[in-house]
Amino acid sequence: MAKKSTTAKSKTKYSKETYAYWYESMLLMRRFEEKAGQLYGQQKIRGFCHLYIGQEACASGAITALTPDDKWITAYRDHAHPLGLGTDPGAVMAELYGKATGTTKGKGGSMHIFDKEKNFMGGHGIVGAQVPMGLGIGFAEKYQGTKNLCICYMGDGAVRQGAVHEAFNLAMLYKVPVIFVIENNGYAMGTSVKRSSNVEELYTIGEAYDMPSFAVDGMNVEAVHEAVAEAAERARAGEGPTLLEFRTYRYKGHSMSDPQKYRTREEVEEYKQRDPIEQVKATILENGLMTEEEIKEIDKRVKKQVEDAVKFAEESPWPDGQDAFKDVYQQEDYPFVME
Amino acid sequence: MRVIQFREALREAMTEEMRRDKNVFLMGEEVAEYNGAYKVSQGMLDEFGPDRVYDTPIAELGFAGLGVGAAMNGLRPIIEFMTFNFSLVAIDQVINSAAKMLAMSGGQYGVPIVFRGPTGNAGQLGATHSSNFENWFANTPGLKVVVPSNPYDAKGLLKSSIRDNDPVIFMESELMYGDKGEVPEGEYLLPIGVADIKRKGKDVTIISFGKMMKVALEAAEELAKDGIEAEVIDLRTVRPIDYKTCLDSVKKTNRCVVVEEANPLAAISSELTYNIQRNAFDYLDAPVIRVNSMDVPLSYAPTYIEATIPNVKRTIDAVKQVMYKK
Ligand SMILES: Cc1ncc(C[n+]2csc(CCOP(=O)(O)OP(=O)(O)O)c2C)c(N)n1
Ligand SMILES: [Mg+2]
Repeated sequence: MAKKSTTAKSKTKYSKETYAYWYESMLLMRRFEEKAGQLYGQQKIRGFCHLYIGQEACASGAITALTPDDKWITAYRDHAHPLGLGTDPGAVMAELYGKATGTTKGKGGSMHIFDKEKNFMGGHGIVGAQVPMGLGIGFAEKYQGTKNLCICYMGDGAVRQGAVHEAFNLAMLYKVPVIFVIENNGYAMGTSVKRSSNVEELYTIGEAYDMPSFAVDGMNVEAVHEAVAEAAERARAGEGPTLLEFRTYRYKGHSMSDPQKYRTREEVEEYKQRDPIEQVKATILENGLMTEEEIKEIDKRVKKQVEDAVKFAEESPWPDGQDAFKDVYQQEDYPFVME
Repeated sequence: MRVIQFREALREAMTEEMRRDKNVFLMGEEVAEYNGAYKVSQGMLDEFGPDRVYDTPIAELGFAGLGVGAAMNGLRPIIEFMTFNFSLVAIDQVINSAAKMLAMSGGQYGVPIVFRGPTGNAGQLGATHSSNFENWFANTPGLKVVVPSNPYDAKGLLKSSIRDNDPVIFMESELMYGDKGEVPEGEYLLPIGVADIKRKGKDVTIISFGKMMKVALEAAEELAKDGIEAEVIDLRTVRPIDYKTCLDSVKKTNRCVVVEEANPLAAISSELTYNIQRNAFDYLDAPVIRVNSMDVPLSYAPTYIEATIPNVKRTIDAVKQVMYKK
C-alpha cells in the first residue's frame, strides 16, 4: 500500500500519504483506547480489556507493508489492528460495550474482535492459540495458489507455548507464506521476558528452525514497515515464513486491574520518550510533509471519530439473549439440547 | 468463629500442607512474585522461597507434565492453572498421563498431584474464558474431581486433596475468591467423595455444587416463603459422586432438581438423573429436572449471559414444575 516518496527534496523514504496514514491511524488507535480505558472505569466496558497503547507502530507499520488481501490474526490485545485496517470504530466500540451492532454482535467482547471484510481473522483469547491458526491461514493461501500471506502476531509470553514451536517448524517444512510477529512488550502480565525465557533475544528462536529472523524497533513505524515489506517479499516469492521480533512497550497495565508493581515508573517514562506517534509526527513536521494546520485537522477528525464511536455504542441496542443460539452451528435447524 | 475469604482458606490449606510436607510445592503462572493472578498464593513466595513456589512461563502443557513426572518420582505438586480454560493446553498430561499412570503401570507409579484453579464463567469474558470442565474431568477414571462451594469446605477439601495419593482436579471460581465464611483456627480435613446437606427440607431435593450452590440456596430461601421446604445437597466432589446422600434425600422428598453451570449434554446432572431414576424410580413423584447452562458457548454481552447460565428464577420454576405447582 505504501508509496515511495516522490518529492525530491524530502529526506523521507515514503510518500506524504503514507506518513499521514501512519499518523492518523496510530492516533485513532491511541485516542480510541484512551477512551475505552475511561469507559471501563465507568463500567461501560466489562470483563478483560487489554490496551495496545504504546504499541501502535507494530500494527500501523505492517498495514502499509501489506495488501488488503493479506490475512491478519492476533491475540486478545486486538483493538488496534482492525482499527488500522479500516474496521468501523463504532462497531469496535459497540463490541466493547457488548451491543448488537458490535463487530461480533456482542458475542466476543474486547478479546475477540473479528472483521472478515477487512481480513482480520481475530482476536484470540487463549495465549498462543492463534499461532498454529495463523500458520493454517497462510497454508490455505499457498494451497489455493494466491500470492497472499498471513501476518500472525503473538506476545513475548506466548512464545513459550509449545504450539508456537510446532508451528514454526511446520511453517519452514511446508514453506508457508506467514509472517510471525512477536510483539515483545517486555512483559507477560507481571512476568518479564527475563523471568520466563532462557533466551532473551526472542527472535533467535526462529533461527533454530533456520527461519529468517530479525529484531525490529517496534516503536518506529518506518522500521516496522520495512521489516514487514521484506518478509512479505520472501513469502510471496515462495520462500516461506519470517520471524520478526518487534521490540515495543505497553504504557498501560496488562489488563484493566494491574497494579504494575513489576516495573518502575522510570521505565515507562523512558519508552514514552520514544513514542511512535510523536516520532512520526516529528518526521512529518521536520520534513515539511504536512503543516501544523494539517496535523490539527487530523487530530480533530480522530477526536470526532472516537466521539462518534462512543455515541454509536451508547445508542445501540443490546443483543437479544435468545440470539445466544445463533451462530453456534452453520446448520440452521440444529437440535439443541433444551432443558 | 473467625471469618475469612475463600482465597485465604485455599492459601491456608496450601501453606499448612507445605509446612507439613516438604515434598509439596506450588507451581503456576504468576503464583510467586505477582502473588497469584487472583491473590490466592499471596505471601507464599515470601514464606517458602523460590524453591517451593515457582512462577512458570505460559506453557501449561510443559508445567503440567513436569508436575506429573515429579509426582511419579516422589514429589506432591500443586499445579495452578490460572483458569481451567487454559488447562486445555495441558489436557493430554492430565488425562493421558496423570489419570492413567497408575493403571498403565500396573500399580507401580501413582501420581499424587493437585491441579487447581477456577472453572466456569466469571462474568463477561467471552467463550474462551467461560467454560465449565467439571464433567469433562469427572468423565475420566483415575481422577478425583473436587468442586467446593464455600471457604470452610474449600480448606478442608484442599488439604485432603494435597494428601490424597491420586491425582485430584480441584476447581474454584474467580467469582468466589472474595466470598467470606467461617473457618476454624485449628486444623481439619474433609473427606473427598462425601456430599453435604447444606439445608434440610422435606418437600424437594435440590442437588448442586460449586458456585451454583449459591443459586440453589437462594432459590430454597425464596421457595420457603411459598411454604416449600427444599433440601439442598452440595455434592462437593463430582468424582466420586456421593450417590447415597442424594438417593436418601430423594427417597424422602420424592422430587429432585439438579442445578449445574456446565452445558447440558453429558453433564453431572445427566449422570445424577440416570442414577436417581435407576435407584429411586419407585420413590419419584415427578421426573427429575435439571437446570444447566443453555446448550451454547457463553458469549460476552450481559443479555446473552442472562439467557444462558442457570439462575434463581429458573431453579424456582424447575422446583415448581416437579411439585406440579404454578
Ligand atoms: C493458555 C493461556 N494461558 C494463560 C492465559 C492468561 N493470560 C492472558 S494474557 C497472558 C499474558 C500474555 O503475555 P504476552 O504473550 O506477552 O502478551 P501481552 O499481553 O504482553 O500482549 C496470560 C498469562 C491465557 N489467556 N491463555
Ligand atoms: Mg508481552
